[in-house]
Amino acid sequence: MGKVRIDLRVNGSAKTVDTYPMARLLDVLREQIGLTGTKEGCGEGECGACSVLVNGELVNSCLVPVLQVAGCEILTVEGLAENGQLHPMQQAFAETGGAQCGICTPGMILAACVLLKRFPCPTDRQIRDGLAGNLCRCTGYQKIFDAVREAGRAMAGT
Amino acid sequence: MRAYVPDYDLVAPDNLSETLRLISREPGVWRPIAGGTDLMVLFEAGKLPYQKLVSLARIADLRGFTASESHVTLGALTTYTDMQRSEVMQREFPLLVKAASWTGAVATQNRGTLGGNIANASPAADSSPALLVYDAEIQLLSERGPRWMNYWEFHTGYKTTAMHLDEIIACISLPRTTTGCAQYLRKVGTRGAQAISKVALAGLAKMNAGKVEHIRLAIGSVAPVPFLCVETEGVLTGRRLDREAIGEAKEQIAAEIAPIDDIRSTADYRRRVTVNLLEEFLESLLPNP
Ligand SMILES: Cc1cc2nc3c(=O)[nH]c(=O)nc-3n(C[C@H](O)[C@H](O)[C@H](O)COP(=O)(O)OP(=O)(O)OC[C@H]3O[C@@H](n4cnc5c(N)ncnc54)[C@H](O)[C@@H]3O)c2cc1C
Ligand code: FES
Ligand code: FES
Repeated sequence: MGKVRIDLRVNGSAKTVDTYPMARLLDVLREQIGLTGTKEGCGEGECGACSVLVNGELVNSCLVPVLQVAGCEILTVEGLAENGQLHPMQQAFAETGGAQCGICTPGMILAACVLLKRFPCPTDRQIRDGLAGNLCRCTGYQKIFDAVREAGRAMAGT
Repeated sequence: MRAYVPDYDLVAPDNLSETLRLISREPGVWRPIAGGTDLMVLFEAGKLPYQKLVSLARIADLRGFTASESHVTLGALTTYTDMQRSEVMQREFPLLVKAASWTGAVATQNRGTLGGNIANASPAADSSPALLVYDAEIQLLSERGPRWMNYWEFHTGYKTTAMHLDEIIACISLPRTTTGCAQYLRKVGTRGAQAISKVALAGLAKMNAGKVEHIRLAIGSVAPVPFLCVETEGVLTGRRLDREAIGEAKEQIAAEIAPIDDIRSTADYRRRVTVNLLEEFLESLLPNP
């Protein structure tokens, strides 16, 4: 089958890729657009390492054929920092030890940003539910919870 | 082995007629994809049995809720997130909202659709028991026109359905008759998050002066298809609910279901859990539990 030309917006800039319509958004981001922040863990929707935002909603990019996001706005972890300043969530992960090997971290941070948007001051239960689709084999999650709470405080300016 | 991407084709029309024409031109060749949360897993594992896919995702007619006086109708593309955000769903069909909240996690809930869950026809699908107790009807659509069927008639065997190869699921309609009904849904799996269930029981009952006026009981995950326990419903309908009635209903449901042994659980365990769940639901209906 032939390639198709697909336009999308990634982290605020317009991108055009020539690719197969069933190529996974994950592979297009990493291999064609050169954004390797987004990771592949399981490749089957279970681990969340590949999480990105599509039009503001969290998705697993390993399960998204790229044609389905033609014309959409994609946000990857690379799009979080502004003017050389880490996003408060990134800062909090770095400071609390919420990241160890880092494979889960880009997806975890995006899922955590979505979570805080919904619950600016989340309970443990809300954090658990919001991050249930993001697996980490290093941290034991406590440091991640600390990071989310810390980022919540920083973003509320308290 | 991973799929070889160039072997696969995908198109994404934005209208129904083009989609239906494509699907019926060579039935079984072009297959629908909605949120991809089932299909892309197979694709990635190199196990997707077809190579030409038509995305439904851009078809506005398959989205959204419409509420008439008698029914709430959900487009096939309604996601688990949409269901959880809908007020009318929360108010009148809380079991579907509950099932949606435990289907995968956020990312899966944002992409996975109700139509896809039904069409995928897993015996463990989380929306099935709720759809059954709500007497859901589904609309199938092809170039030949639309047809309605009861959801309970849809699943015909393990992963087989009454849907023809040139058809898609267009919408799911729920009668608005749940006011005043007690509703119950419990799933037993290996752990809380992202676990495929071993047994799930949904119940809906209308009580009137201690008597069971109307009852629906549905089970998922125990047999090759999700199903309504009509015989157990028969034991209870019209009857005063007391310990004796509950005892008989428990015996009946144990006899009525045909649980299977599989990788997730054993038939024995499933039968015992089903009986316990039924007991929990029925006891909650007693006047002073
Ligand atoms: C991590 C993870 C966790 C999950 N957890 C759960 C869970 O807890 N409970 C549960 O029940 N499921 C679960 N699932 C399965 C899946 O998310 C659901 O079954 C979902 O509803 C499928 O919808 P979809 O739109 O993604 O389907 P797709 O993958 O797009 O399609 C699935 C099948 O349905 C067909 N199809 C889709 N839409 C239509 C239509 N309108 N008409 C006709 N055919 C159609 C497709 O051809 C395909 O055969 C999980 C999946 C993942 C990846
Ligand atoms: S790589 Fe996508 S969810 Fe694991
Ligand atoms: S930091 Fe290693 S998987 Fe989470």
